[in-house]
Amino acid sequence: MKISIERGTLLKAVAQAQSVVERRNTIPILANVLIEAEGDSVQFRATDLDIEVVDKALAQVERAGATTVSAVTLHEIVRKLPDGALVTLTEEGASNRLTVEAGRSNFSLATLPKEDFPVMATSEYSTNFSAPAPVLRRLFDKSKFAISTEETRYYLNGVYMHVADAEGGKVLRCVATDGHRLARIDAELPEDAADMPGVIVPRKTVGEMRKLLDDDDMQIAVSVSETKVRFATPDITLTSKVIDGTFPDYTRVIPQGNTRKMEVDAADFAKAVDRVATVSSERSRAVKMALDEDRLVLSVNAPDSGAAEEELAVAYGDERLEIGFNAKYLLEIASQVDRENAVFLFNSSGDPTLMREGNDTSAVYVVMPMRV
Amino acid sequence: MDCDAFYASVEKRDDPSLAGKPVIIGGGRRGVVSTACYVARIRGVRSAMPMFQALKLCPDAVVIKPRMQAYVDASRAIRAMMDELTPVVEPLSLDEAFMDLTGTQRLHGHPPAIMLARLIRRMRDELGLTGSIGLSHNKFLAKIASDLDKPHGFSVIGKAETASFLADKPVRLIWGVGSAAQESLDRAGIRTFTDLKRWDERDLTARFGSMGTRLWHLARGLDARRVSANAPVKSISNETTFFEDTSDPDLLDGHLWRMAEKVADRAKAKDKAGRVVTLKLKQANHQILTRRLSLRDATQMADTIYRTARMLFDQVDDKGPYRLLGCGISHLVDASEADRAPDLLDPDAGKRAEAERATDRIRARFGPDAILKGRSLR
Repeated sequence: MKISIERGTLLKAVAQAQSVVERRNTIPILANVLIEAEGDSVQFRATDLDIEVVDKALAQVERAGATTVSAVTLHEIVRKLPDGALVTLTEEGASNRLTVEAGRSNFSLATLPKEDFPVMATSEYSTNFSAPAPVLRRLFDKSKFAISTEETRYYLNGVYMHVADAEGGKVLRCVATDGHRLARIDAELPEDAADMPGVIVPRKTVGEMRKLLDDDDMQIAVSVSETKVRFATPDITLTSKVIDGTFPDYTRVIPQGNTRKMEVDAADFAKAVDRVATVSSERSRAVKMALDEDRLVLSVNAPDSGAAEEELAVAYGDERLEIGFNAKYLLEIASQVDRENAVFLFNSSGDPTLMREGNDTSAVYVVMPMRV
Repeated sequence: MDCDAFYASVEKRDDPSLAGKPVIIGGGRRGVVSTACYVARIRGVRSAMPMFQALKLCPDAVVIKPRMQAYVDASRAIRAMMDELTPVVEPLSLDEAFMDLTGTQRLHGHPPAIMLARLIRRMRDELGLTGSIGLSHNKFLAKIASDLDKPHGFSVIGKAETASFLADKPVRLIWGVGSAAQESLDRAGIRTFTDLKRWDERDLTARFGSMGTRLWHLARGLDARRVSANAPVKSISNETTFFEDTSDPDLLDGHLWRMAEKVADRAKAKDKAGRVVTLKLKQANHQILTRRLSLRDATQMADTIYRTARMLFDQVDDKGPYRLLGCGISHLVDASEADRAPDLLDPDAGKRAEAERATDRIRARFGPDAILKGRSLR
């Protein structure tokens, strides 16, 4: 194999590959990226056995072929090469070495046989649709903070992407929760997506996939089966197993009858919460909200470290209410609001609270209060 | 102060017909000896010995199931007497405690030795229980001294004679030096304190890690640990050795619930809650499996402890049989910091918690068996 490729193009392709590769590997080949050159392009393929990414780039292929080298090392080398350099990758038949040349730099990397590289089995996808990058970006960006890290509840370790019935008809919906907060984000249902099976997209996949979504004009091809999900741009294909489990019935926990409404500027609110939480104890980080006629008093009283209080003007017309929350959860949901005021709907100090942006019900957050 | 064959002494005191007979406290055929009286000890019975083995050595022994409440009561009475000597009492267990008598001579008008001698006399006269005193200038030596003259003994290791006392003593006298540590000390040619003293601190640390530093100090009779009253409780746990090895899920589940309830009862009594739930299983081949899970929200509720332990149990691949099951909580915090953040996905948890608190009130008023969960009968 011998190819020449522009440094920037190579860096982008290898960057995606090396981030999928697990840092600690018991199986050596999993640390490698499979490089396959043919025609006028080269493919970089990496996997952790749950996720596979294939990145295609244009290259000048002098001699077709394939090999595998350490993804992290190749990435480091390419990253340190000067911008605009032309990089040549050469592997001689039985040398077990890949030569990387750029200008006066010359590297020789150990390879492992391409035959040993585990290529993910191709599967049949029952649903194939196309969605604009910004739509998917919103669905996952606004929900991923609520993904659980508890290994015992593995079925919460991802975003549940499914088709749901909303007020205006069927929607494409993403839900994530860790049992303390929940995010439910809706988007218009793309054509051909109606029969999509609900899948739990793992946390790592959400992170990797996010890198495909930066270009506002990009259409993402999404393919879904019961066991796998695939996101593809013309250059990059990301295939992932989905979490084999049942996502809990979240509809039961989204409060319907919360009537005590508070409206507040989300940015002001987040800053105030952040300020008072400074003195709260590391573990609980509990913030008390005391509401009364258009007035919100945020306070923290941590016997070990101190106390803090801040008053905010809000729109609130219901009876007095005192309710406590984990400061981190409040900050996280408040930071999801980017256009309008944050609207909180409370019931009692022991019941889940609902938060949304203005009157927009396409992004709804639920947070459980804590005793303060 | 270390009581002599404490559980057995309480039994003999409460039932004079036992006097002179070998008495073993412990549970069931499959259980282990918890305490053996001195008569049984002469026959070779030791604490932690499996019961069948103890009965082989001493077939005429009277085996008594532990009556914890009686021991707790006796322990409290002794504690009250110790509290009169010094405010700094650090209990190690029901029958053993460190006391720091520094500076009490002016208070009592007598030196510590006199006051301690009076203490064990009072214990014998007023409570009918005997104990042994080890008096020294640090915890390490006091503990050793208390074992020198048992039962009903009194021994003193003064500062001046510390070095000569330790010289030819074996290092296994050090509390915490078990057979494994003994073996590695043997390999290093360390048998007595004199052997130990020949090593310099750096070599000991290099060879034995943090234990090495401690060994270096102990070799010189130095121990800077303070006697601390109210030494914080680090964990609360409970375990059961089964009458027969079992893999019966219903039986194990019943045990798990009862243990969770006991752990919760103790946590509630101490106003504590745990952030980590631990499950312990001993397989038939004595291999121990432990599983632990950190909770987001510390708990003192039997329901949460049980559910967490049960989830851990379900995730164990090995399905038994087991000879022991245990569960507990650790990383303790104040109860006021516990059970504060309910789980969205478990909306019934609040109701279960209320039911548990109501049950607790009923049990507090009408006795622990006044109301039970069905599963505790399995």
